[in-house]
Amino acid sequence: MQFKSMVISNVEVSPNYFRMRMTAPQELSSSVPGQFVMLKVNDAIDPLLRRPFGLFDVGSFVPEYAGCGAQVYCEILYKVVGKGTKLLSTLHHGDLVDLLVPLGKGFQMGPAGEEKVLVGGGVGLAPLYYLAKQLKERGEKVRLFAGGRNRDDVLCITEFERLGVETYVATDDGTLGERGFVTQVLERHLASGMRIFACGPTPMLNAVAKMSEKHGVPCQVSMEAYMACGVGACLGCVMKGANHSDETPDYRCVCKDGPVFDSFELQWS
Amino acid sequence: MQRPDMSVVLAGITMRNPVMTASGTFGYGAEFADYLDLESIGAMVTKGLSLKPKAGNPTPRIVETPGGMLNAIGLQNVGIDTFIEQKLPYLKDVNTPVIANLYGNTLEEYGEVASRLDGLAGVAGIEVNISCPNVKQGGIVFGTDPGAAKEVVSLVKRNTSKPLIVKLSPNVTDVVLMAKACADAGADALSLINTLTGMAIDLERRRPVLANVTGGLSGPAIKPVALRMVWQVAKAVKLPLIGIGGIMNGRDALEFMLAGATAVQVGTASFLDPSAAQRIAQEMEQYLVDNGIDSVRSLIGALEV
Repeated sequence: MQFKSMVISNVEVSPNYFRMRMTAPQELSSSVPGQFVMLKVNDAIDPLLRRPFGLFDVGSFVPEYAGCGAQVYCEILYKVVGKGTKLLSTLHHGDLVDLLVPLGKGFQMGPAGEEKVLVGGGVGLAPLYYLAKQLKERGEKVRLFAGGRNRDDVLCITEFERLGVETYVATDDGTLGERGFVTQVLERHLASGMRIFACGPTPMLNAVAKMSEKHGVPCQVSMEAYMACGVGACLGCVMKGANHSDETPDYRCVCKDGPVFDSFELQWS
Repeated sequence: MQRPDMSVVLAGITMRNPVMTASGTFGYGAEFADYLDLESIGAMVTKGLSLKPKAGNPTPRIVETPGGMLNAIGLQNVGIDTFIEQKLPYLKDVNTPVIANLYGNTLEEYGEVASRLDGLAGVAGIEVNISCPNVKQGGIVFGTDPGAAKEVVSLVKRNTSKPLIVKLSPNVTDVVLMAKACADAGADALSLINTLTGMAIDLERRRPVLANVTGGLSGPAIKPVALRMVWQVAKAVKLPLIGIGGIMNGRDALEFMLAGATAVQVGTASFLDPSAAQRIAQEMEQYLVDNGIDSVRSLIGALEV
């Protein structure tokens, strides 16, 4: 659905990374982690298109107005990378944005009893937090493997820990956690009876998908793509499905078929 | 005051208002049903259909540019048979005319796709795409050579009894020449314009952004070009015209009607505002109310130069 949302807060949580909380329609309280929103930053024609953001959190709050009942909010976690996100970072409490919510297919949490392993890099941690929250509410054992180039890229770890998630961190330069790729840390801990949920840069997802196959651990990945419509009409955000070849093309629409896919559905390099 | 009359008749197709959705920007209709009332718009034009399903181009396929976007989707579609089996039943139940957009990889395929749509209930008319800049066959060749255009339009005309709309390319030296060729070959209406061929470059990587290198530019950036072409063609050809190009609001749409369009198509606007087509129709009506105009038809070609 389309919704005019009010910014509640917009805070820089790490250099160039922002966490924005917005009012949300009631319907969003039944959204699935991994689903996303399309946000129109302003009414101008530059930037023209909406921007997609995974849901970082959905919850309820009681506004400070007399007689107000609980209302739903949603949060996104974003990195300032271009014109759209730069503008977004200048918004304040009370500003309005136009949202399409909730879009796409989210994570399937799988049966209880398995260990749930979350693997995220940079802003890829965003949908994993909402997922961790729901998994912990179900009483599941959850571990998080978080990576980034340096400590500034490793976001909101305290929030995960507050949920009771065991966390492992790796950075390329060793400024936080282990030095190296998060996938190296992950591989040491992988065992059967686990289920992986991953979101982050494509090379990381590529490594996780291969590792999951090697160890026979089911794996879902949340993909990122340039999008125009977000509703499956423009076909601008497709990626190659597992059986893709030049002779028999197999494209999957990230906004509609995803953004969460079973890793075996996609073609990895 | 009585509500203004928003209806128009285009090549025998009666529409409750002049706002149509542009092919390739509205899927097969159902994708947008959550965001607008499909029965509030004039007509729907579906994604371009080919004889066999088509996978489209490699990615990246889209990139944003100031005031517009470039796309190189490459006419990905489910193919004519799947459209008839899976998409048309839903569209049949919607009380809004459906225009099926089609193209062929060869001249013969144009004729074949058109004939498969002929006689089908639920398809009010066809729009022939001779102007996609993103595919080698079936696209720009037919759209830039008046002789080839004449040939393909004549063939489609022989294969259909439905109203025949031809969608023109702006990537030509003289759009009037192309319009006349299509009119001579039996087109019942013309829609213009399709996207303008453009390009975006990634300076850091020193590579084109789009996998296809070039793409079609759409959005507000192309509106002045589209208005000019509609105006030029309206003066030269006695066919109803559909104006397309960067229409974002009711005022944009009415400008196209002044330039000579009987109807308009909304494209890129649906991406940033999925309810755009419905909103634009409402904004047009409001303009008429505010200015005491009884019928939207009185504005067609009413430009004073």
